[in-house]
Amino acid sequence: MAILDALALLGRTFLKFLEATGRLALFVGRALSRAWRPPFYFRAVGQQMIDIGYYSLPIVGLTAIFAGMVLALQSNIGLARFEAESQIPEIIAFSITRELGPVLAGLMVAGRIGASMAAEIGTMRVTEQIDALVTLATDPFKYLVFPRLLAGIVTLPLLVLVADVIGIFGGFVVSVQSFEFNPANFISKVWDYLVIDDVIDGMVKSSVFGFIVTLMGCYQGFYSRGGAEGVGRATTNAVVTASILILVADYFLSALMFN
Amino acid sequence: MTSAPPKIQIRNLHKAFGSNRVLQGLDLDIEVGESVVIIGGSGTGKSVLLKCILGLLTPDQGSIKVDGVEVVRMKENEREELLRQFGMLFQGGALFDSLRVWENVAFGLIQAHGMARKEAKKVALEKLASVGLDARVAELNPAELSGGMKKRVGLARAIAGSPNIIFFDEPTTGLDPIMGSIIDRLIVHCVKELQVTALSITHDMASARRIADRMAMLYEGKIIWDGPVADIDKADNPYVDQFIRGKAEGPIKMQVRQP
Repeated sequence: MAILDALALLGRTFLKFLEATGRLALFVGRALSRAWRPPFYFRAVGQQMIDIGYYSLPIVGLTAIFAGMVLALQSNIGLARFEAESQIPEIIAFSITRELGPVLAGLMVAGRIGASMAAEIGTMRVTEQIDALVTLATDPFKYLVFPRLLAGIVTLPLLVLVADVIGIFGGFVVSVQSFEFNPANFISKVWDYLVIDDVIDGMVKSSVFGFIVTLMGCYQGFYSRGGAEGVGRATTNAVVTASILILVADYFLSALMFN
Repeated sequence: MTSAPPKIQIRNLHKAFGSNRVLQGLDLDIEVGESVVIIGGSGTGKSVLLKCILGLLTPDQGSIKVDGVEVVRMKENEREELLRQFGMLFQGGALFDSLRVWENVAFGLIQAHGMARKEAKKVALEKLASVGLDARVAELNPAELSGGMKKRVGLARAIAGSPNIIFFDEPTTGLDPIMGSIIDRLIVHCVKELQVTALSITHDMASARRIADRMAMLYEGKIIWDGPVADIDKADNPYVDQFIRGKAEGPIKMQVRQP
């Protein structure tokens, strides 16, 4: 009996997983397929780009500068074992542009934007504001979901570009102040080593992360149920699922791009 | 000579949520220019009926015709077109938190009717004035309004697009008796002035008597009594009698746990 119960549990879990995956696929399909029919909500896209990009700058900037600083410290310790401290600029440029910039910005935006989107759309759901949109002949997928998805896809790469610059600057400050690097030499080494493809690949990754973050925020909010508790649950789920998916997607994208 | 079809015609409507069969073969006709109020206890499916007509829920079985056109499983773009002739006052107002009062009222005009913002604002201010709200209120956010003001703004939004069908979901719930009476008077005024067909749901009998031409009682998923408002006190129906007099004893059994 215990084996049958365990199999039943496994089956139920698998069916729930399939149901959730199917519902998510339908959600994406509805959001993307209806976006090409007028009216177009450019104002909503602009507003979301400001929310995601401009208002996330402080948090992403802070994260990036400290990531760059820590990277310089740790690189110095590690490279000293091989007497290769002079490679610090290369290590910082390589790590920030390829990995730390996109992933840290993605995770920070997941915490800030994913949560706020899930809470906002979830509240709209439980207070019948989404129903009100429909009765006003406005498609909520076009008005609420697509502008957020588009803004996430477009804005996160720009945010990562800023994070890359700030992160490398953090490494520069620590290298110059603590390890007596020549500033001109540091900049010159970063400039020489930096490959434009690394930056572009990082931006492409961040574009995917932007899609993941906004999709999870919209999806969890859109299907939230049960008042304040349901909205709270949707917010948590949005951040957790987006964070996990970012790390999973990062592995597969890295394998695809850099191999 | 063939007579015009009812504005809304519902036949054999069924809707269940899991094992909970909410609507069980509901039939109802609403004629052009008529104000029909559906009464019934909480959880009897009044809101579900409205949502089925608006397409927010898909019935399991049955037919809903508006102006003789079947609307169940209508295509999305056809439904958007259909909804342009509807207005809806939600129970909690369902005002968009992120927009100012006038933007809420003008929302349908701008998004669904493609009106310029300046012109839409002018219409919104006129509609707000018609429900007794001045221009200062127009610049406030919904969070700054009292319950009665939210209902009035919701009413202004419902009539802004010059609909020919308006739904009112529990229009006086949560309001004090004086404000409830004011809202009812505004509803009657709007319905008569705009010459629209109105469908309201409520369990507030005083409100129902004020706004209805005809009443219908919903019980166990069906209309069990339907007639002119003047006849309801003479209705030879024990369920109606118990409901309109608010008697604890009678054929309607509430599920209340005994202490």
